[in-house]
Amino acid sequence: MIIETEKLNFSYTKGGRQILKDINLSLGEGEVMSILGPNGAGKSTLLNCIATLLMPDSGIVRLCGKDTREMKPKEVASILSYVPQNHVPAFSYTVFNFVLMGRAPKVGMFERPKDEDFAIVEKTLEEIGLTELKDKPYTEISGGERQQATIARAMVAQPKAILFDEPTAHLDYGNQLKTLRIIKSLKEKGYAIIITTHNPDHAIMLGGTTAILDREGRLTVGKSEEIIAEERLRQVYGTELSLIHMDEVDRDVCVPPNL
Amino acid sequence: MKLDGIEKKTSPFVWGIMIVLPFLFFFVSLFLGRYMIAPGDVAKILLDQIPGVNIKPTWETTAETVVLRVRFPRAVMAALVGAGLSMSGAAFQGMFQNPLVSPYVLGVSAGASFGAALGLLMSWPIWIVQIVAFIFGIIAVAITYSMAHLYKTTPILMLVLSGMVVSAFFQAMVSFIKFAADDEDKLPAITFWLMGSIGKVGLEDLAHSAIPMIIAMAVLYAIRWRLNVLSMGEREAESLGVNTERIKVIVIITTTLISSMTVSLCGIIGWVGQVIPHFCRMIVGPNHKALIPATIFVGATYIIIIDNLCRLVSITEIPIGILTSVVGAPVFAYLLRKTKGGWT
Repeated sequence: MIIETEKLNFSYTKGGRQILKDINLSLGEGEVMSILGPNGAGKSTLLNCIATLLMPDSGIVRLCGKDTREMKPKEVASILSYVPQNHVPAFSYTVFNFVLMGRAPKVGMFERPKDEDFAIVEKTLEEIGLTELKDKPYTEISGGERQQATIARAMVAQPKAILFDEPTAHLDYGNQLKTLRIIKSLKEKGYAIIITTHNPDHAIMLGGTTAILDREGRLTVGKSEEIIAEERLRQVYGTELSLIHMDEVDRDVCVPPNL
Repeated sequence: MKLDGIEKKTSPFVWGIMIVLPFLFFFVSLFLGRYMIAPGDVAKILLDQIPGVNIKPTWETTAETVVLRVRFPRAVMAALVGAGLSMSGAAFQGMFQNPLVSPYVLGVSAGASFGAALGLLMSWPIWIVQIVAFIFGIIAVAITYSMAHLYKTTPILMLVLSGMVVSAFFQAMVSFIKFAADDEDKLPAITFWLMGSIGKVGLEDLAHSAIPMIIAMAVLYAIRWRLNVLSMGEREAESLGVNTERIKVIVIITTTLISSMTVSLCGIIGWVGQVIPHFCRMIVGPNHKALIPATIFVGATYIIIIDNLCRLVSITEIPIGILTSVVGAPVFAYLLRKTKGGWT
């Protein structure tokens, strides 16, 4: 297993609402997991705990079988990359230099990236189709391109797993699909992938496993086609909705009722 | 394939100019002054200092004293102060992800001012005043840091706010000392000290302050690429495998050492730490890999020039803090207009 959690518990303040309750999940090579859940349920919190950016109250996160409590940030970052929600940084680094920062786990504190690092960045930019933009300021490219640059940055660390925090948020329809396609191709390359999303269709399209985090902090995990059921989604989102099989695309689609 | 990873392709020519200018102005400041010395003599005096080189003196002994004991330490200090404050400013701006931040944001200048004012009030010898100022600069930052420290981390926003509180407190204490000081001689002494001057710096001061300052600057220089990653925000930098707390502590310790040393020896020299990094970003781009070296050269040049103006513009020397602000504020305004608020 690449990612494994055991009885993860988390709350932001002592005695406050328990965000995560006894969370167990595991993910191997080439597997994808979509985390669904209402706003504020703690999907990002769960990702942050897995990425060791937050300390759980109790429970263990293991990466490649190793207890993260005994790992340095660098070791964690070389197994697991994190694609945060897009934001515009204060300084306009070029796309190239932005992506280069993904090499940080491999570059010593008092060192600078070397030719080898530059070459990996070049190759990854090529792979993700951003070579033409590499000298443009990161602050001046479109939201979709920024998303792709952030994914490239996650890839250059050459991790085994990539976590995506709402990768489709703030993107137009076309870019959402593009991002999902990239995620699918990363899965096929063997990365273990966890994404959080607000769109059940995305979970259906990605296949793999789906996990639903409810307001009590419990996680229900299973195969996407089993977990994503009308009744469960109605409960999660507190609204009427239907799952309809569409023959044209040969999968279920989630359809909201009329307003 | 471009492999250097530097944003703007700053030509070697521009880098050459940036590197040559501080040395040029350093040399100029050795012969320029009310006591004019021929540039040739200055060069000979300098060469004469190299062990093994013996040049037949064609100059007066006064010239040698002026060059070596007065102008040389002053120009070296100006270069160190300019480079140090500019580097610290650039590092803080990266760390706080805010290009308006100055090296004094954590309260170092207010703390050091208080220490100096206290020392002057008590009529302690000048070297004790300097040490007390230096120590209080560090104490102020230590208070800021511990106030901002929550649950094993020190959020950037908490640092800024704590810095404001600590600065306000020490500034009030300075006012209190001024209020209590005898207005015939101590109050003016404190007031003038706070306005800043590099003129007081002698060879002895340089001997014990240059090395720690250079070491602190070398450390900042060495971690400069990490500053890029840190400027993405703490959470993100952490997810990129950076031990942000450690980097923050390194940046805070080095910049505090530099600024506290500067303020304790030369008083408050404002605006350098904001203007120079901003100006350098226009030339070499935001990548700290290029920005930090640029701030060293441009910062050193800037303060050497300003300090020469302080000495030469009027009969009595102008406090350097006044000139750096008079020049710095409009230049900063111009840079803001030119970059339209975008921190290129």
